[in-house]
Amino acid sequence: MHLNPTRRQVLQFLSACGVSLALPAMTARAAARRRDERPKSLITLWMNGGMSQLETWDPHPGTKSGGEVKDIATSNKDVRISELLPQMAEQLHSCMLIRSLTSKEGDHERGAAFVKTGYRPEPTLKYPTLGAIAAHELTNSELEIPQYVTLAPDRIVPEGGYLGNQWDAFRVFQPGNGLSNLKSYVSPERQADRLQGLHVVSQQFEQRRQFGAKRTLHQNTLDRALEMMSSEQLKAFELDTESTGVKAAYGDTSFGRGCLVARRLVEVGVRSIEVTLPGFDTHVANHSGHVTNCKILDPAIATLIQELRERDLLDSTIVLCISEFGRTPGINPAAGRDHWPNWFSCMIAGGGFRENTVIGATPTDVFEGKKADGKLILPAAPVLVPELYATIMATMGIDFRKEIVTPIGRPIRFADALPSAYLLKEDVAGKVIRS
Amino acid sequence: MRAVVILFALLIAGLVLKVVQVAGRVDQPVGSPAAVADDQQLGPAVARLNEQFHTQWQAEKVQVVDTVDDFAVLRRLSLAMFGTVPSLEDIRAFEDDDQPNRIDRWVVRMLQDSRYSDYFAERLARSLVGVEEGPFIVFRRDRMTAWLAEQLHKDASWSQMTKELIAAEGLWTDRPAANFITVADIEDEGLDVNKLAGRTVRTFLGQRIDCAQCHDHPFDPAWKQSDFEGLAAFYCQASLSPGGVTDYETDKDEQKVVYKVLDPGAETGRVVASAVPFHPEWLPADGGLRYRLAEWVTHKDNRRFERAIANRVWGFMLGKPFHEPVDDLPHPVDGEIDALDILGQEFRARGDRLSVLIRMIAMSDVFHLSSESSADNDETYTRQVQAWSVFPLVRLRPEQVIGSLFQAGHIRSIDQNSNPFVRVTKFGNENDFLNEYGDLGDDELLQQVGTIPQALLRMNGRFTAEQSKVDALSAPAQILSFSPDNAAIIDNCYLACLCRLPAVDERTYFLNLLESTTEAAAERRKANPEAPEVIPESKPTRTRAQVVEDLVWTLFNSPEFSWNH
Repeated sequence: MHLNPTRRQVLQFLSACGVSLALPAMTARAAARRRDERPKSLITLWMNGGMSQLETWDPHPGTKSGGEVKDIATSNKDVRISELLPQMAEQLHSCMLIRSLTSKEGDHERGAAFVKTGYRPEPTLKYPTLGAIAAHELTNSELEIPQYVTLAPDRIVPEGGYLGNQWDAFRVFQPGNGLSNLKSYVSPERQADRLQGLHVVSQQFEQRRQFGAKRTLHQNTLDRALEMMSSEQLKAFELDTESTGVKAAYGDTSFGRGCLVARRLVEVGVRSIEVTLPGFDTHVANHSGHVTNCKILDPAIATLIQELRERDLLDSTIVLCISEFGRTPGINPAAGRDHWPNWFSCMIAGGGFRENTVIGATPTDVFEGKKADGKLILPAAPVLVPELYATIMATMGIDFRKEIVTPIGRPIRFADALPSAYLLKEDVAGKVIRS
Repeated sequence: MRAVVILFALLIAGLVLKVVQVAGRVDQPVGSPAAVADDQQLGPAVARLNEQFHTQWQAEKVQVVDTVDDFAVLRRLSLAMFGTVPSLEDIRAFEDDDQPNRIDRWVVRMLQDSRYSDYFAERLARSLVGVEEGPFIVFRRDRMTAWLAEQLHKDASWSQMTKELIAAEGLWTDRPAANFITVADIEDEGLDVNKLAGRTVRTFLGQRIDCAQCHDHPFDPAWKQSDFEGLAAFYCQASLSPGGVTDYETDKDEQKVVYKVLDPGAETGRVVASAVPFHPEWLPADGGLRYRLAEWVTHKDNRRFERAIANRVWGFMLGKPFHEPVDDLPHPVDGEIDALDILGQEFRARGDRLSVLIRMIAMSDVFHLSSESSADNDETYTRQVQAWSVFPLVRLRPEQVIGSLFQAGHIRSIDQNSNPFVRVTKFGNENDFLNEYGDLGDDELLQQVGTIPQALLRMNGRFTAEQSKVDALSAPAQILSFSPDNAAIIDNCYLACLCRLPAVDERTYFLNLLESTTEAAAERRKANPEAPEVIPESKPTRTRAQVVEDLVWTLFNSPEFSWNH
């Protein structure tokens, strides 16, 4: 008797025994390895519309720009954040806040393009998002599901840009509630017949177009789609095996479920995941808008960080909470705040980034973006988005200097800046920056 | 009481019908039908174009593939000009047409169809204003597209359209061409002259000089930063006012409006005069800045202008521009003529009309070449592709995929004369499908492969399920009902989906399936009641309708359906 099981058969067996995704550390995947040996993943939490720094990570209560929000103490004794994020306040010792990100793009589409790619948008070339670069450079050959996943996305797809559309993020519109188009609408027997017929028709087309047809990757894409349809790894998108308590901790919201699915995707080895929380474009009623949104954000992000830590995955997972820009220090007549790219905040946890740290500081009494002479007003210790992304790439083991010859013939580097050691833990910085 | 209820119900039904009719109405471009005269003799120009390619193929010693039959050409034309495969109705009409010059006559007929003007307008709009939402309030993409469709339906001059776009004044709603300018508006900052300059040169002259906004072009020494700045200066007097796009020569302080560039570290802006990078003698001496720029761009001796549009139309027709990227052409060289020049010269000689380019390309030898190659290695095939001695395999654009799925699901052509319900359903389906399938944006002629989500959508999405279903008046149902025999069912499905008849192997395979259905078994039993009972394992389990649905699903998912070939 020959025993030569395929990987899928082994996984199916493990699954049948209840040790597959229910116990991710038992799988032959990311979580089986520990810390340094484990490839890193990136979870980007995208605050769509432009999250106000003043109502979240960088409150200025009691000042003219502060608005109605109050601040609270955190697990980092030197830092106070918005009262709207009480659970995150307890996790802040695991996090780094950057309060001095800067951009020049105050339009949603252009701002999002810049913050997602690290390059200002231009008409002749589409840049890949940071997530697409991570998926492209850290491709996990064991994955039967997409390398790059966006959960609860808005209408703009995080794109592979010049890397090609096969690196666009796989969209999951309702995280935890099933995937679209993954089940055939006929019986397995009919599906098998259909595929046999497809083979006959495809052969006819390809027999005198072998080199052309090969380049289309049509069959290859179809095979991968079929593989995905029957993959055990699809269970990472399902939440049936998660306890009621865990689900409740993340919050019964699309974003909360997205964060939980993100954790499960990291466990099966997906390197790049984005979860979107919409509703931050608060030109009207900014405070109440942020009250509503932070009730969704706070439990989800705090539980995500806590769970990653408990599962020993935080060192190998970067959690980045960011948006396309911040919001104005001034409050408009509709009690809203408008777009403000001059300075805005992001939160980073895990992956070797410094913890218990705040970078940058913002003024409390500045309400204009430019001085009288037209020069931009910047925060203290400004951090550039490309600099942050070069650092993320470096710590993930991606060669941020790598040049790709784009379809228009222009060689472009993955990052338009150098990494910054001061953003990383000392031991990590030593390894990463030296390499 | 009952009469009142019935009357009320009828009233509601009438209102619903009216709403559906209005919602599904395709605005007809006003003006006369396309002024495409069938008697124009393009033959000599097409011969020159063919000669150009044949000379090149001989010189490069590349193998030239065979030509395809007219049905494959019809499919290519329909995809390029309507964005769908041809309907079974059109295929049968084409089949019955045995008069000479069938292809050219059908091209002329298609040029007069509003499906052409609507579809080409949408594609041209991408290069003119992109696909982004654009600035709120001051930009109306739909008005721009409708205006383009109207111009194309009239077979208007591309030069005139270009002049209108660059120099348009007035409201974006009243003067749709003004949207070319207003799309560059930035909130609180005004019009982005750099964006306008870059797009003008890319779209109308086929050159990418956007990088020269900040520095001399790194790979093309001919383009300096000063060239870009000089071109941008032509837009400096344009601004948005309550009356729409207006040019102001002086500001409110009666000072002349000039273009200033703020260099890094500089305290004050550097004044830049409007200037063109070559042939300043083409600039008119008088007139507003944008008017002068428009005249220079479209000047009869400006080869870049006709080469740029010829390259774009070539890309629309074959799925792949003659030079890639479509808007980064090499500099024209004095004394050197290529295919774009031959197309461009005829285009200029005949009133700068896109229809001339379309007809010439459709009649060219290249357009009739097969995509099949006997090349025995990748290098040989690559040389063929580069020399255009084989028809390129190009992935269908997203709207071509859903357009083709929907058309193949109907026997009759879906156009402005179709049932309002059909048109409304098509409109809704298209939008939903494009949201899921993804859009190529303004990089629409960039060659890309398919993605896994797209393959999943084609296999398991509701669009494929609905269009392949044997249901009511769907094409599969009608084919099943009205085809005289199983072979005809297969033939009609192949024609509706792939615009060809099945090969022997394919016909045999699907005939076997159709002859193994429950209905076929019942017919055999009826014809020969004495025959022994079939053993249970080999009892038919499929109905004819299921086999037809499976066949249509198979064709929808084949590479042949998703690629222009």
